[in-house]
Amino acid sequence: MLEESTIQRVLAAAASRGADFAEIFAEEKRSSSALLDDGRIEELTSGRDRGAGIRVVVGESTGFAHTSDLSEAGLIAAAETAASAARGSGTGTTIVDLDRVNAQRPNLVRIMPGDVPKAKKVELLLMANEMARAEGAAITQVSARYADSHRRILVANTDGTLGTDEQVKTLFSISAVASGDTGMQTGRESIGRTVGFELFDTYEVGDLARTAAQRAITKLAARPAPSGEMTVVIGPGGGGVMFHEACGHGLEADLVGKGASVFAGRLGEQVASSLVTLVDDGTMGGEWGCFAIDDEGRPAQRNVLIQDGILVDYMWDGLRARAEGRASSGNGRRQSYQHLPMVRMTNTYLLGGTSTPDQILSDTESGVYISHLGGGQVNTATGDFVFGMTEAYLIEGGRITEPLREGNLIGNGPGVLTSIDAVGNDFAMGGPGTCGKDGQGVPVGDGVPTLRVASGLTIGGTAA
Amino acid sequence: MTATVSTPQSGHSEDLLALAASVLEQATGAEQVEVLLSRASSTTVKVYEGEVESLTSADSSGAGIRIIRDGRLGFAHCGSLDPTVLLETLREARDNLEFAEPDEWNGLAQPDGVAVVAQNGWSDSVVAFPVDRKIALALELEQRVLAADSRITGIRSTAYGDAWGESVILSTAGIEAVDRGASCSISTQPLARVGEETQTGFGYDSGRVPESLDLDHATAEAVDRATRLLGAVKPPSARMTILLEPRLAISLMGIVSGMLSGESVLKGRSPFGERLGEQIASSLLSLIDDPTRSESIGAEEVDGEGLACRSNLLISDGVLQGFLQDSYSGRRSGSASTGSAVRGTRSLPGVGAQLLVMQPGTRSFEELVSSIDLGLYVNSLSGMHSGVNTISGDFSVGADGLMIRNGSLAEPVRELTLASTLQRLLLDISEVGGDFEWLRGGDGACSLVIQDVSLSGA
Repeated sequence: MLEESTIQRVLAAAASRGADFAEIFAEEKRSSSALLDDGRIEELTSGRDRGAGIRVVVGESTGFAHTSDLSEAGLIAAAETAASAARGSGTGTTIVDLDRVNAQRPNLVRIMPGDVPKAKKVELLLMANEMARAEGAAITQVSARYADSHRRILVANTDGTLGTDEQVKTLFSISAVASGDTGMQTGRESIGRTVGFELFDTYEVGDLARTAAQRAITKLAARPAPSGEMTVVIGPGGGGVMFHEACGHGLEADLVGKGASVFAGRLGEQVASSLVTLVDDGTMGGEWGCFAIDDEGRPAQRNVLIQDGILVDYMWDGLRARAEGRASSGNGRRQSYQHLPMVRMTNTYLLGGTSTPDQILSDTESGVYISHLGGGQVNTATGDFVFGMTEAYLIEGGRITEPLREGNLIGNGPGVLTSIDAVGNDFAMGGPGTCGKDGQGVPVGDGVPTLRVASGLTIGGTAA
Repeated sequence: MTATVSTPQSGHSEDLLALAASVLEQATGAEQVEVLLSRASSTTVKVYEGEVESLTSADSSGAGIRIIRDGRLGFAHCGSLDPTVLLETLREARDNLEFAEPDEWNGLAQPDGVAVVAQNGWSDSVVAFPVDRKIALALELEQRVLAADSRITGIRSTAYGDAWGESVILSTAGIEAVDRGASCSISTQPLARVGEETQTGFGYDSGRVPESLDLDHATAEAVDRATRLLGAVKPPSARMTILLEPRLAISLMGIVSGMLSGESVLKGRSPFGERLGEQIASSLLSLIDDPTRSESIGAEEVDGEGLACRSNLLISDGVLQGFLQDSYSGRRSGSASTGSAVRGTRSLPGVGAQLLVMQPGTRSFEELVSSIDLGLYVNSLSGMHSGVNTISGDFSVGADGLMIRNGSLAEPVRELTLASTLQRLLLDISEVGGDFEWLRGGDGACSLVIQDVSLSGA
């Protein structure tokens, strides 16, 4: 994307007023999407973005500027703006030689989405629409979306790092509306991976369509969710959202460092049931949150956060790691070249246990079984978090019985983690997610086996 | 920092218009083309423990191009105003439309003769405000918050931010609209700590004159919110009355306004689609979407398709009066655009409310509290994206707040959920407060008292 000699001169300009650290992050992103709604291919969209963000760190202060002009003059102007923003008051810092980061690509992309005819993408949408509507006359509306993106990044800094990465993502989602005497209900399903169009060799859009449609139809007969604290069994796959909120954010070093996390100062302590081993892993080939290098040029890592219930480590970006005199854990990410990096999750998951899902269920006298979760939110300082249930059932006498309407669950991170009393042997990754933090969204993955939270989760329903 | 255009300044949009015109020149006879160009500058200063944590200085630009031919629609966007990139983007949009299916209702907005209500969204004082003063403001706010209460032990982040920019919409249908704006804000997120317990707060102010930003207001709000929940416990489950202050009442109204989008109605996704003229809310509720209200910082001259913004009555005395429309949904529903297209450069227009205004009741906030025997005064809501479904109407959100007992604010509570359906919540409104205020986000709101909401707790 940029000549090495240009990078050297831009870094020199960034460090010209004195700097402890200077960095250039260049990005080129192409995206395309197609939307079907109301029985028709409604729109096709293409996007292109290109630019660079320049960061200059002086002491505890960071100056940042970005530009969409990747010419040397444009980059140097941005570098000078960043340097002036960092308010350094010294002389130029010597620039070390750049060393290319050798990071393993998490997977190969077989079919570049840009090479696939648009007609083929449109065909998938039409098929999904047909399959969803074929599930029954109750399906009254369907929308489906195909999207792909191709992101190339280059990171170089005054520590001598020079890294590049190419991230290709493909996504398909479908939403169905079912109508009946009780009103309307919705069902949604999506698949997204850091792969090319070969995604559809593994996943049938027809299966996604049927799942979404059945979710909506099932809920037409759903009863209001209960209200109050109950035992909750979460099915394999998408339940990772719960860990993302219950402790994931609270283990981000920037929040911990500011005392804004209930997990601050608890390294080495038992913070969860001994059945819990939680990992954040940017190297997982093909998963939604994987990459070769993070947005600070650091190779992706597999980081164990909680081992058998003991808090082992937090997640780190370069800035926070530098202050602590340790290495980044490869969690420095940003939405685009227009944003500063910060500590972010990648693919966060709970390792599988030994119980079979049947054992866990039959051992649960009464409670709620959640097979599909929506998004969530957490206040890391108090640990209180919520997540939505979009497909859930009552458990009565160790069996799944009636479907429940949608709602949120609320709990407190440390309390819920210690109340996990069963972990299944059926681990699965969940659907693609976008994690929002301080106004920036980044792609993340998550996964869990079947698990049971004996207490601590309150179901936000209306039934007594 | 683009090569082709300069930093935005008030009254200098001619170069943007000329650039847009040069793209339109490429339209063939059979094509309708609409170009949206925008550029903006912004600064964000974050301070932490008396030092500048980060200072971001940014110029950004973007374009969105919509083409319609033979009823087919194509769109493409780019993060640049480089003429070469714009032409490539136009070609992308043209290529995209080949694969879309024709829709007889597709078309650009047509000028409808509605006059623009002039707004004063620009601010030279924001543009001229020196960086050192921005830093000083943020540092001053941080210091005041820390000094305000001994229980405030830290602040996650304190910031000053500003942005100014302009956009133009030009189309072959004869639309020519220029929009400029500038604003600034301060915010702070303190942490209050007693023993092992931490609570968080948030304080904010915004305006068009940096010197007039109200540090006292932001400080008091942030400190009050952070400290008033200290000692909060999980309450027992019950059905009760809730009191939503204006800021939270409007977020509920915002969700409701989304259900009144003409597009949702056309596509069978609104539970209120067939209820025009019917009682859908308590007769105490009247709601209007009116971006022409100059007293609000959220006032706008034109919508996302370049049509004049106008006042649209949504709910009057609880009766559903109308839906919001953009040009597509207006045409297809046999009505017309209500000037309610909302969008950025990266997306096609969609239908949305722009500046909601609630009709106030009579009693003050204190009087509302004293009228409630047992209830919850809500401090914050969470999970609005994961537990509220505007199609089914299911409503279930996380919350914290203060109990109201015998007409007085009582103990703090947390880790609870509030649930009902959106349809019921509207009908269960038992009072609208007389405490009307223009919120710092722009909307005009009052407190709401809603009965019979399920509170789930211990």
